Amino acid sequence: MKQVLKVEDMSVTFALHESEVHAVREMNFALSEGETLAVVGESGSGKSQAFLAIMGLLAKNGRTGGRAMMGDVNLIGLAPKQLDVYRGKDIAMIFQDPMTSLNPTLRVKTQLAEVLVKHRGFDKGKAVKSAVEMLERVGIPEPAKRANAYPHELSGGMRQRVMIAMALLCQPKILIADEPTTALDVTVQAQMLDLFKTLTDDFGTSLVLITHDLGVVAGVADRMMVMYGGRAVEKGVTDDLFYDPRHPYTLGLLHSTPHIAKRAERLDPIQGLPPSLEHLPKGCSFNPRCAFAFDRCLNERPPLTETGNGREKACFYEGPMTYGKVA
Amino acid sequence: MMDQTPINLLEIKNLKKTFAISSGLFARPLTLTALENINFTIRQGETLGIVGESGCGKSTLGRCILQLLSPDEGQVLWLGQDLTKLPAEEMRKRRQDLQIIFQDPLASLNPRMTVGEIIADPLRTLRPELKKDERRARVLKTMEAVGLLPEMINRYPHEFSGGQAQRIGIARALITEPKLIVCDEPVSALDVSIQAQILNLLSELKDEFGLTLIFISHNLSVVRHVSDRILVLYLGRIVELATGDEIYEDPKHPYTRALLTAVPIPDPKLARQRNIDALKGEIPSPINPPSGCTFRTRCRFAKPFCAEQRPPLETIEGGRLVACHRWREIEVPEEAVLGV
Repeated sequence: MKQVLKVEDMSVTFALHESEVHAVREMNFALSEGETLAVVGESGSGKSQAFLAIMGLLAKNGRTGGRAMMGDVNLIGLAPKQLDVYRGKDIAMIFQDPMTSLNPTLRVKTQLAEVLVKHRGFDKGKAVKSAVEMLERVGIPEPAKRANAYPHELSGGMRQRVMIAMALLCQPKILIADEPTTALDVTVQAQMLDLFKTLTDDFGTSLVLITHDLGVVAGVADRMMVMYGGRAVEKGVTDDLFYDPRHPYTLGLLHSTPHIAKRAERLDPIQGLPPSLEHLPKGCSFNPRCAFAFDRCLNERPPLTETGNGREKACFYEGPMTYGKVA
Repeated sequence: MMDQTPINLLEIKNLKKTFAISSGLFARPLTLTALENINFTIRQGETLGIVGESGCGKSTLGRCILQLLSPDEGQVLWLGQDLTKLPAEEMRKRRQDLQIIFQDPLASLNPRMTVGEIIADPLRTLRPELKKDERRARVLKTMEAVGLLPEMINRYPHEFSGGQAQRIGIARALITEPKLIVCDEPVSALDVSIQAQILNLLSELKDEFGLTLIFISHNLSVVRHVSDRILVLYLGRIVELATGDEIYEDPKHPYTRALLTAVPIPDPKLARQRNIDALKGEIPSPINPPSGCTFRTRCRFAKPFCAEQRPPLETIEGGRLVACHRWREIEVPEEAVLGV
């Protein structure tokens, strides 16, 4: 498979008054053509910041280190003007709340057409025509009519479709979707996930799906990267991580997720709270919440190590992890 | 989990709630019917889940039960007494028994009050006879029950994470020793691991204090996990009411089935095999709902006569309720329920 994005040793830091916060550290992954990679983690795990950094969208006090190679181009460190050559055209990002990403004062068609005029040099008429076609493709009924609407006149699901249409106009190689279905009803969510599958299967788009919902991951992702406290703690093929998790945090997330077909009397959640990035525990960041932690975990940070079959984990514990012991 | 002869704690009869929507300065206001023809009972000690898409009226229903909104028509009978007719002062006393927990835990806590003050607040109005140290003792006892440490009593809400803040909200609801708590999307804003902690806490508290819960959520997996019976709403009307097992194993209404097959399953193999009965389109506007059965515009079993008459809410075997003209004719192959 052709690699479309290769991230190497990437880090994200934010400068505060007298200190800095490391939001992402030592991130490494490669994304293949047509593949869906799920990036899973809870609030503060660094999952969103990592991809905002790749898109050059960090807050002003943010700094990015390392490389994000798209072909021969390192996206990190490019000036905004240079980034604009690729952003929207080769790599696009959509967010959880489409209302905050759309301009409330412009009609949908104006916002969509702008992308084509800018990146592909279309004239206005042709751009609007293509925009309407794209709206139809992402499943918007009466696309010509909806194209004339303002964002507030559309429902949440429609707005998210408009965002996706906008992201797809230039047929980007990579689409980054940050919690794209979290604000939507299950019925609309199912439609969106279906749309994502069409994209990766038919257009060969590579999809990065940033989410906390393992149900969504199970349905669409080829591979997963689980993040905790700013670092990847486990990586591998989706089925491997679901059926044979090797990191206690991955196991804990799985046991915390209610399953509609299996009603357990009690869930078996991870105890405690996710750590604050400003005060990460010594040793393994997960050790205060981990049922398998031993002396070494308290003092030494486990590196992300390959364990065969393309899997990696950052954990010293090698014994069996049985259900119930995580509690 | 339930007694042999469960007492009906709450009986909702013919409840209707409308809102007037302004459509311009001089235009006649439009009427949005948020709830109509709502009839059901809540038994003591059960957890009743209420599910449906955004705008189906599930939160409005919770608020009408608590009289935080006044229904236009109908009765809310609390142990036989109609709450909609109670004078304000009487209702205020009754609130000891009926409490609520909200979705956004931080937004529902006063940022200028300490945790101790927030939790004690309902006691000040509802139990003014309690002395200061009695109140404090109760606050500490309640904090312990919900898993908050005693030293947190003087801290402020902003110092807490979402999960801890939700524990504060639960403690505030619990301190009046209520019989019923309406939980309105109580875990939707929380991280997965924290969500599971709060769900477990609610079920422990329910057993410990003999609570009855109304659990409103758009997340069917969560509702399935906590509920004894489940009420499905569509555009302000009940489409189905049955036990959790009946709803998930043998749903009668096409809408319930469609909702179930759309729920993501955290199991990649099952997810791949699934045959999703995806609902087309979105929920119609409640200002101008479809004629007849309001679900017919998205229903793949709809026939022309579904547009003519509204299906009545029928009581069928086992005391289940369903509102569909065609529920008897629709064959549900067993494996199709969850799409696996």
